Amino acid sequence: MLKAKALSKYSGRVIAPLMSNFKESHGVDDFSNFGLNTLNGGNDEYTGETLFWSKQVGNIPQGNFIHHKYGNIQWNNMVHGNSRGAFYLSNGHYSSNSNDKSTRELPKKLLRNIPEFVKIVEVGPRDGLQNEKDIVPTAVKVKLIKLLVSSGLPVVEATSFVSPKWVPQLADAKDVMEAIRNVEGARFPVLTPNLKGFEAAVISGAKEVAIFASASESFSKSNINCSIEDSLIRYRDVALAARKLSIPVRGYISCVVGCPVEGMVSPSKLAYVAEQLCDMGCSEISLGDTIGVGTPGTVIPMLEAVLAVVPIDKLAVHFHDTYGQALSNILASLQMGISTVDSSVSGLGGCPYAKGASGNVATEDVVYMLNGLGVKTNVDLGKLMLAGEFICKHLGRLSGSKTATALSKTTIAYASKL
Amino acid sequence: MIVSYLSTTMSSMEEPLGFDKLPSMRTIDRIQRFSATACRPSGEEMGMGNCWIEGMSCSTSNHYDEDHDEYTWEAFPWQRHTRDMSQGETFYRRTKSLGRNHMMFGNTHEKYNSKCNDKDIRNITNKFWKGIPRFVKIVEVGARDGLQNEKATVPTSVKVELIHRLVSCGLSVVEATSFVSPKWVPQLADAKDVMEGVRNLEGARLPVLTPNMKGFQAAVAAGAKEIAVFASASEAFSKSNINCSIEESLTRYRAVTQAAKELSIPVRGYVSCVVGCPVEGEIPPSKVAYVAKALHDMGCFEISLGDTIGVGTPGTVVPMLEAVMAVVPVEKLAVHFHDTYGQSLSNILISLQMGISIVDSSVAGLGGCPYAKGASGNVATEDVIYMLHGLGVQTNVDLTKLLSVGEFICKHLGHPSGSKTAVALSRVTADASKI
Repeated sequence: MLKAKALSKYSGRVIAPLMSNFKESHGVDDFSNFGLNTLNGGNDEYTGETLFWSKQVGNIPQGNFIHHKYGNIQWNNMVHGNSRGAFYLSNGHYSSNSNDKSTRELPKKLLRNIPEFVKIVEVGPRDGLQNEKDIVPTAVKVKLIKLLVSSGLPVVEATSFVSPKWVPQLADAKDVMEAIRNVEGARFPVLTPNLKGFEAAVISGAKEVAIFASASESFSKSNINCSIEDSLIRYRDVALAARKLSIPVRGYISCVVGCPVEGMVSPSKLAYVAEQLCDMGCSEISLGDTIGVGTPGTVIPMLEAVLAVVPIDKLAVHFHDTYGQALSNILASLQMGISTVDSSVSGLGGCPYAKGASGNVATEDVVYMLNGLGVKTNVDLGKLMLAGEFICKHLGRLSGSKTATALSKTTIAYASKL
Repeated sequence: MIVSYLSTTMSSMEEPLGFDKLPSMRTIDRIQRFSATACRPSGEEMGMGNCWIEGMSCSTSNHYDEDHDEYTWEAFPWQRHTRDMSQGETFYRRTKSLGRNHMMFGNTHEKYNSKCNDKDIRNITNKFWKGIPRFVKIVEVGARDGLQNEKATVPTSVKVELIHRLVSCGLSVVEATSFVSPKWVPQLADAKDVMEGVRNLEGARLPVLTPNMKGFQAAVAAGAKEIAVFASASEAFSKSNINCSIEESLTRYRAVTQAAKELSIPVRGYVSCVVGCPVEGEIPPSKVAYVAKALHDMGCFEISLGDTIGVGTPGTVVPMLEAVMAVVPVEKLAVHFHDTYGQSLSNILISLQMGISIVDSSVAGLGGCPYAKGASGNVATEDVIYMLHGLGVQTNVDLTKLLSVGEFICKHLGHPSGSKTAVALSRVTADASKI
């Protein structure tokens, strides 16, 4: 009980010290610039409220603000222009104590190549939803897409023009495209497996398409019943048709690190496929770790192999979080200079190879890390979380994003939880 | 279901899949195909004859900087799709990327090297690998930090069994329990009994938490050979959590470390809230450095830096580590990240690059976050091991055995594992005919 009392004395003062900390350390008088508003997205649910510390589990305080504060720490870095400079600013306090020169140089090397801006390609409405058992109504899909666009995501994969026989979930591709016809602020690529799908996509108003090859021969054969070479021939037709209509084409490569059939995938094969996609006119190549087995130990050599044949600004990484490795793989990729990352809101889309295991990496978690690194994304985490909440509510399940889970839960403090 | 998956991940075809044409793979075939030897490139491809040097460490250095001809190989654990597959020998492969050595991909890579200026890439990858240690010590905190945050009280016998099993995986440090007042941590009220149960356990060190002299004495009486103390980098958190200021807690711990020194008992120092505090918000790295140094100066042989609420990212972790490394040697530092925001593995990765070689983790990710109900807490040991092994870092931990330990405790607790690696490996059914 004493503990609870001791704790409660902090409840009223929580907000004040937080604010003053920000003021002092960042010299900003007007908190509206802090991204607090951006984080809130104008939604009262996330406004700062008094933190009440309680020992009981049941007494749910409104402690959302505490966690959002960390969003603010990140936002602070972004607000500061040269965001990376902010990190080294605080170093000034103790830099004079440092007599170890190598320590001083190291972090710069580690973070130097990380791009200032990373484009997030949101694949939730397509890659995410297509793995859902229950058919999601068109209206829900459209609302999801609109919510995602409003969070600032520059690219949202809208749907796929595959045969409804194989992907019933996306049978309403045409209707989805119709409904988002006038949505501005983002690009809406769609998958097109062949010329027929491409034509249907164009009729529906698609302005950007994507095609899907594999780095693994076995996977290609077992999955689309044709060799890599045959699939590339098919896609050259699509790419050619697209070029005539000035429609950009994105090339996906699956199994870039490992294949459920072949095991390890040869980087030279991967580089070959990447080169072919690039040569046929793909403006971007997304490298997918389809079964999520990669670690920086395999990702880095994989990227090296592809970088030998494709310029880095055309590359994107598409990691699955099946083994929990996605964020560290993304970090390693950023250190290599990759500046486009695919992700899925709330981590929608499980792994088809391991029932119950996770699949796509959650956009919220990626944005959280990028914010923390001072990398610009133009994505508003608060609004993004709203989109995630919306779709998870509809699907009737918990978010696959740890960031979203943490930020949406109210805080409970235990005195002795050491 | 499978059909729809197939056509969804790949650009789909309109013709039906010829499932009957797909090879079926018996378990034994799969094992053979994915075994270490099957995946091992041949000598010529390796560009160095048929020489495989297994598991020899050629120097005492723990860093990659030096040129070593150490090639050990590990079959990708994810290829062991069946759980009854015997582990056999495992070797650890250190990935040689362009920047260091071309051998991994042999001659096939040459074709692509000449096509672009890979010197820049080489520089980048060199920097990536440079600081990463060869060996990382895992400090397993599941039995203490993990269990204490679990609602259901775990019987002593299960705790003891858990510790035994963890040790059998190769974990060299397994935090056993905590000598805090049972009033605050009822889960660990059986500390004495747990210590009794692990009295003769060899092969690992079994540190215990001791919040004060009283706890220390009880720990010693119970047979503890190593202890840990817990300070905070946040004044507010210290006050709210252990009801005293940071300074007061340090004074208290000086007494404990002094007493421990007299008995030649090593003391580990924990620092909590090293990045952020639920009360104060952002924590200045200088404060963390101050507390870490104080613990180090009073005699702690190791300082574990804890991101208690899991808010850190490399952007905040790096300055924090920089500050601490300026005052405490890096080999004495451990990182203790929480995965509340899913950030721990990337934080661990950047810490390794900074030269950190000790990582705390909890089997199956036991131990939720006390500050966000339902959110996760400790990072899962299995996920950490998966990444470390993938990086070619040695840990001496057997992942397969660890997986079964995680299963054991989760079964008892009645909830799924918090480790994605464990979940994936327990459910992967990659049988060619299923694709």
